[in-house]
Amino acid sequence: MIINVLLSFMAFTVLVIVRSRNLFGVVILGGIYSFLMATVLVAMDAVDVAMTEASVGAGISTVLFLGALYLCKSEESRPVYKPWLPLIVSISVGAVLVYGTLGLPEFSNSGSPIHQHVVPRYLTEMKKEVDVPNVVTAVLASYRGYDTLGETTVVFTAGAGVIALLRRRRRGSREDKA
Amino acid sequence: MKHDLILRVMAKLLIPFILLFALYVQFHGDFGPGGGFQAGVILAAGVIFYALIYGLPDARKVVPEPLVESMMAIGVLIYAGVGVAGLILGGNYLDYFVLDTNPVTGQHRGIFWVEVGVATTVSGVMLKIFYMFTDRGNVDE
Amino acid sequence: MTTGGHFTYFITVFLMIAGLFIVIARGNLIKKLIGLGIFQTSVYLLYIAPGKLLGGTAPILSDAFTVYSNPLPHVLILTAIVVGVATLALGLALVVRIREAYDSIEEDEILSLDADQAHRKQEQQ
Repeated sequence: MIINVLLSFMAFTVLVIVRSRNLFGVVILGGIYSFLMATVLVAMDAVDVAMTEASVGAGISTVLFLGALYLCKSEESRPVYKPWLPLIVSISVGAVLVYGTLGLPEFSNSGSPIHQHVVPRYLTEMKKEVDVPNVVTAVLASYRGYDTLGETTVVFTAGAGVIALLRRRRRGSREDKA
Repeated sequence: MKHDLILRVMAKLLIPFILLFALYVQFHGDFGPGGGFQAGVILAAGVIFYALIYGLPDARKVVPEPLVESMMAIGVLIYAGVGVAGLILGGNYLDYFVLDTNPVTGQHRGIFWVEVGVATTVSGVMLKIFYMFTDRGNVDE
Repeated sequence: MTTGGHFTYFITVFLMIAGLFIVIARGNLIKKLIGLGIFQTSVYLLYIAPGKLLGGTAPILSDAFTVYSNPLPHVLILTAIVVGVATLALGLALVVRIREAYDSIEEDEILSLDADQAHRKQEQQ
């Protein structure tokens, strides 16, 4: 299936990111990874999420990383000693997680609990109550409107935080930066 | 980069369509994929593209800093304002069906204004963060 | 066909442990942030993959289709992506300030500079 092929590409890209030491190349590979992720999401019928991931992950994220890289003067990371303990910890965590996913229902199983309870109610009652064809927009803006209010506030807070951190330096005040 | 002919011409051709596409994604979010977040990010990406090609002083003249900062806050206020309008007209906070005599039309109105608020905040924040990062390199002024 | 059906979950776990490895094993702060982003995208996959129905379509109501993929994870992940980029922007702003204060973005160099400063302060007292 196309999903498996794309997922293999993503795994290979991540392997190259782990091994590579040139930061500029790593940032560009991150952009490629985000585009592959957006394609996988389209193949999984998540079109809203794919558009958001493509624009935010491959667009804005890459621009921000390049901006920060320009300010940090793009030094390369150098491995000092072999990372055996993190490797063992990661692989053991991965083994436990794989054992956990064996209990998940099969891929594309319409009898699993995720498709019961509240989702059939949304899909059938949507025409009477809201009459907006895009189910994701209707749920995001109307049924779960509080969560979206909180998310907008989080975005605003991030902007305010960046303003507080990166305000323009005044000349002569480089010593008393805490 | 503004002395490079190909980049300049392509930017002049593409940027109006990018901004138009952002508006399309915003208002067509009810009928297809889209919505406030995607539209805000695409709008910010169009302005960032302009800033990359034509330089930051020109971009600051087109989209000045006070406008961007007020866009950040006004989006959240629009969203909260829709909620307060629901309170005033008789329902609970963020109830949409009281916004009109026909409850379904009230839902449409509520969703429309909420998405406008979200797009404004997201585009303002992304653009402001870009301005801050590029501004940090200049230390004297 | 269970192992073939679980290939998506295996790749998701692989991406998760690759992101975790980058965060805990690499010292460069910007690379750590990229590893965090990879970890986050693997979590998005973990949420959206169980919602897909083969033969279904995107959750946009229309008279031509009857089977839709589950729209509820899409809503959650949409919020998660935007919150993820907000925290990424704050993290990068912090990295820029660290770079200005310590003149390096390698974790071990920053820790040794801090230890030297604490040592010197202790000797003065």
